[in-house]
Amino acid sequence: MVIFSLGIIRGIVGQIVGTAVGLILVTLIRLLMGLPAWKAEPAMIIGALIGAVGFMIGVGALSDWFKWMGGKETPMHHGPPTDKPAWTRYFSVDYNHKVIGVQYAVTGILLVLVAGSLALIFRTELAQTGLQYIEAATFNTLFGMHGIVMIAGILLGVGGMINYLVPLMIGASDMAFPRLNAFGFWINVPGAILVISALFMGGWDTGWTGYPPLSVLAPMGVQAFMLGVYLVGISSIVGSANTLVTVAKMRAPGMSWFRMPIFVWAAVATSIIQLTATQLIGLSFLMVTVERVLGMGFFNPVLTAHAIEVGSPPGNVVLFQHLFWFYSHPAVYVFILPGLGIISELLPVFARKPLFGYKWIALSSLAIALVGFLVWAHHMFTAGMEPFLRIPFQFATMLVAVPTGVKFFSWVGTIWRGKLEFPTPMLFVLGAISVFLIGGLTGPPNGTVTTDLYLHDTYWIVGHFHATMFGGFIFPFFAALYYWFPKATGRMYNERLGKLHFWLILPGFWVQSLGQIAVGLLGMRRRIADYDPALGIQNGHVWITVAGYVIGLSVLVMIYNLAWSARKGPVAAANPWRSRSPEFQIPSPIPEHSYAEAFVITGEPYDYGLPGATYVAMNPSAAPAAAD
Amino acid sequence: MKHLLGVSALIAAITLAAWAWLGTGFDKLLPIRASEESFYVDRLLGMQFYVIAFLFALIIGFMLYSFIVFRRRPGDDGDGDHFHGNTTLEVVWTVVPLGVVLYFAVLGTGYLSDITSPETDELVVEVTGSQWNWRFDYPEYGISSAELFLPVNRQTVLELTSIDVIHSFWVPEFRVKQDAVPGMVHPLRITPTETGAYVVRCAEICGLDHSYMLADVSVMETADFDAWLQSQMAPPTGGLAEVGAELAQVNGCLGCHSIDGSENTGPTWLGIYGEEVYLADGSEIIIDDAYLRASIIDPGSQIVAGFENVSMPANFGAVLSDADLDALVAYIASLGKDKE
Repeated sequence: MVIFSLGIIRGIVGQIVGTAVGLILVTLIRLLMGLPAWKAEPAMIIGALIGAVGFMIGVGALSDWFKWMGGKETPMHHGPPTDKPAWTRYFSVDYNHKVIGVQYAVTGILLVLVAGSLALIFRTELAQTGLQYIEAATFNTLFGMHGIVMIAGILLGVGGMINYLVPLMIGASDMAFPRLNAFGFWINVPGAILVISALFMGGWDTGWTGYPPLSVLAPMGVQAFMLGVYLVGISSIVGSANTLVTVAKMRAPGMSWFRMPIFVWAAVATSIIQLTATQLIGLSFLMVTVERVLGMGFFNPVLTAHAIEVGSPPGNVVLFQHLFWFYSHPAVYVFILPGLGIISELLPVFARKPLFGYKWIALSSLAIALVGFLVWAHHMFTAGMEPFLRIPFQFATMLVAVPTGVKFFSWVGTIWRGKLEFPTPMLFVLGAISVFLIGGLTGPPNGTVTTDLYLHDTYWIVGHFHATMFGGFIFPFFAALYYWFPKATGRMYNERLGKLHFWLILPGFWVQSLGQIAVGLLGMRRRIADYDPALGIQNGHVWITVAGYVIGLSVLVMIYNLAWSARKGPVAAANPWRSRSPEFQIPSPIPEHSYAEAFVITGEPYDYGLPGATYVAMNPSAAPAAAD
Repeated sequence: MKHLLGVSALIAAITLAAWAWLGTGFDKLLPIRASEESFYVDRLLGMQFYVIAFLFALIIGFMLYSFIVFRRRPGDDGDGDHFHGNTTLEVVWTVVPLGVVLYFAVLGTGYLSDITSPETDELVVEVTGSQWNWRFDYPEYGISSAELFLPVNRQTVLELTSIDVIHSFWVPEFRVKQDAVPGMVHPLRITPTETGAYVVRCAEICGLDHSYMLADVSVMETADFDAWLQSQMAPPTGGLAEVGAELAQVNGCLGCHSIDGSENTGPTWLGIYGEEVYLADGSEIIIDDAYLRASIIDPGSQIVAGFENVSMPANFGAVLSDADLDALVAYIASLGKDKE
């Protein structure tokens, strides 16, 4: 069977078999205990967990480790598979970081498309007051699904950028732990399948935050969603550990910490957060799972019959929110720091100038990461925590504005007196700054408690965080796709379609964002399927919906452009952007082993405009044959 | 220097235009102000908007100016000016924003204290959220109501709680909001300043009908409010069933149970009293006083077939007295007789 030569097919079969094994196992145990044989939720949980293991065995992510246990050697295979077509490596376990980076990025784009399509469904519903197309229960599932699938998509996009770029930028041949790297990617796939399968298990109505007691009482879909997030979280943890070791141990000779490309700093700051905070969302969701199926009353103060049966004391609702936000606030910096790193990375190239205040930008990423750990309770100003505690969290939150401001000012300093070019990646970088500016400036009013008591849980917040996500991730991610496309495929994208994409998405996003902010100020609540036209927000909703469709259309233009150009685009030069970064000093597409020979760092990374300055001293034999 | 003057002019122009717009348009961005708290919130928000407008102009001004003036001319393959940074500038744009945000944090702390401090002579209203109903109790007067009546210009402390999941009390015209959390009681202080009709809108996702978890609010002159209190405190004139009808209204029962036989989230109440029905476990029972009481206090114990996937709040036993239960059962029983 040819089709079973694809790891992903074997993985999905493994997941189906594993899930069936789990269902049967729970049913058998219940039969042996003399209970009614079928109970959906525990069976589904055990099925989901064994199914995930089944996927990982089927796809082959565990094969080498199993062989090691048996004492067998597993020499690293390099290059495309010898016994089947080269493209199949993208659908199977492959240890090359560039392949894994592409796998991450493409899966991320797919999830972002799914999540965006879900948003268009409920945006269509919201264009008019009343309920026209979907029921309230469907609406509730859709916005929760939109949120969590988008988050998974963003995490995968971040993983794509870090896995593809970090080894190239520091001159490493691969990540420190290639097998762990492949494991970290593939565990996302059963996770994503689980999250999306929640649609078919009754959905759920809590939004992506899964607050109890609602999540304790919600339909079973909430269980699939939480277990899926748990698996995606495992990817964050192993991936970030891998990144930190790679950066710490595998940099090219001469590349001191302050001579690393600035994106690597962002990757380090992001990885520190992922490695230390992800556990908390896993923990908080696991506690909800246990509360649902075993009746342990961690959170729900109103004891269910099951909880009374097992003798559980009443729980505390607010405890969940502390655990949840201790990850989920820093998580937003996981989403945006790599994107801000892309902005800092690309601006000097297209301004032909050094990055303004390199050390300040590098350290501001770390500062944001660290301060980000001290602000989680600003999501809870109305939640009913100890009232005076709101004050220290207010101060800590306002402090985040300072390192964020440093980045903005440094970007402005970088383009000042430069010679600006505007190909598609640069347009997206500049668009990202303008959009992130909306997100940044709408932040402080949520930080001061008094004003947040009004703004919390309104569309103002929706507008604020969509602007930070688009400015901090979506726009820079698109910039990165266009910018490194020639290095990944050896071909150039279509510039005209790239610009069309940009000039659709930028005004589209501005309208959407400002529209959300405006209806929010007028009293539009979050997460409602229907709204009161008396608030004067009907027209605003039409604008937001139309803008949403424009954004969706623009992304389709990009996908067409990249898919077409990957096969038919003009052959790319080694260094189309005249970049000083190491990955642009080798041929396009980048060879299997990236650098034929090790290089040495002899100068500063962004010395554009300084005659005779070198950053990367390549061994002549490794230099591209024809530079242009 | 020429460039700095140019960009400063551009930034000043954008800032002044934005400030002029805010000066006339700020109030139109928000609902009317109908409480003392709303004036504090809007003042702090307004001040932040002015600073935001300036910072927006600062960054966008520099960017626009650079696009136009520093764009690469065709055929020019050269590089830009070579400079790596400026420590003085970095220190300035770290320290000045630090000062600004600390100023707002200190200011915000004072405002928060102003809008949360209790005054003497507060009116106490206990607010209980449930899926998807608001109930208002006036403990000093022994009154329960499905609509919130408040006297104008007197501080009210709303003592918020919930019997099932988290809800959030929010009247946009009053600005401030507070979650109603099961197992806890949290105060929210409001001093209405404008008489009129408003709507409480639940601001925390609370399940299926979250969008429609609304309650009317009426802010009245003190004399009108006192008259309303008097009318409510008069002993009920009708029988037990009428008291039960009032309780069904106040506690939101009718949000899920129809009284005209139409389909809804829960079983209709019309004509069910005395009926034989099948339960989800297949057994057959007669709906009598004991069954109705048990189903209100412990709704999960004997679910009627067809309603297995609906969960009614399990906590009404905590908010309804024995007399209340009698009245509710009498009301449901009275709906049964109509059918015959």
